Amino acid sequence: MATTTTKVEDATTIWGGGNAPLNASYGKLMMWFFLLSDAFTFSSLLISYALIRYSWPAYDGAVEDFVFSQEYWPIPEKVFDAVPLLHGVSLPLVFVGIMTFILILSSVTMVLAVEAGHRMDKKDVTKWMLWTLVGGIAFLSCQAWEWSHFIHGTDEGGLMPDGSIFYGANLTQNQYGPPLFADLFFFITGFHGFHVFSGVMLNFLIFYQAAVGVFERRGHYEMVEKVGLYWHFVDLVWVFVFTFFYLI
Amino acid sequence: MAQLDEASTVAVQPKDQKKINQLWRIAGILAIVTAIEFALAYILPRGPLLYFTFVALTLVKAFYIVAEFMHLKGEVKVLIWSILIPTIFVIWLIIALIAEGSSIFDLKF
Repeated sequence: MATTTTKVEDATTIWGGGNAPLNASYGKLMMWFFLLSDAFTFSSLLISYALIRYSWPAYDGAVEDFVFSQEYWPIPEKVFDAVPLLHGVSLPLVFVGIMTFILILSSVTMVLAVEAGHRMDKKDVTKWMLWTLVGGIAFLSCQAWEWSHFIHGTDEGGLMPDGSIFYGANLTQNQYGPPLFADLFFFITGFHGFHVFSGVMLNFLIFYQAAVGVFERRGHYEMVEKVGLYWHFVDLVWVFVFTFFYLI
Repeated sequence: MAQLDEASTVAVQPKDQKKINQLWRIAGILAIVTAIEFALAYILPRGPLLYFTFVALTLVKAFYIVAEFMHLKGEVKVLIWSILIPTIFVIWLIIALIAEGSSIFDLKF
């Protein structure tokens, strides 16, 4: 963290630079504003989902009798009800719930790494960064499985408008409902997954630099804090994706 | 070599256990709120009440992540507002595009 000078500036020199009115370093401020712009991007994606969903008929029967159809928007919990190793068992949202817990846990290990950085504790920073990496990689692996399941489909498949049976989903055909549902799934969770992937790369860089003592020589661990902001943001976005894509 | 010797003398400050416990507590809150959302998806019938609850609980989680984990709470007021106020555009986009969506629905069906 930058040490702020408490030198009294008079009105004529305050515009001359050399002070930090927001009490945060340049890099941290830029990370905040980048995240704000990224929040706009994700909002646009999720709100587009709402727009497209609102422009399709909703399924209006009983939830128990729900079947996949090209005529109406699917109930997400009926689409995402598979769990690895439990083939054919319907467990709505269980796997996504596990993924959410993994991301929350990797977020807390990240904040513990930041805390250790404030104490100049190299050993703890490396330890918690390593756990954060494990969480991020676990999340990405879960997502890979979920995508694979979504793409390959269920045993029954779904009836297409031309009368054929199609299994799974791609960008033009989708057994679970309108093709746009699959497109939005790929775009929204894919864009988030790519953020997680970049986050894992950045976390690895920070882990490595902390381990070899770059930050210790520099005298502060602010890079951990900046990358931490990004990593928490990825968790924050997942909280919204979980609600608006999977729950509602 | 002199640099390495210097590096090894960096003083590690003691752990503030209270602060660390506080971080774990927030992680606990986030996990519990997620568990509640998960349970409600099974218990409550699908409808506006359930959706409203989901959105409210999501905002609770978002508050804890941004305020505590990202530590926006501890920044100066100007920084807090310069991050929060622009999100007003998101609210505008929600209203605009949901209206647009129902209009497309009326044209199609």
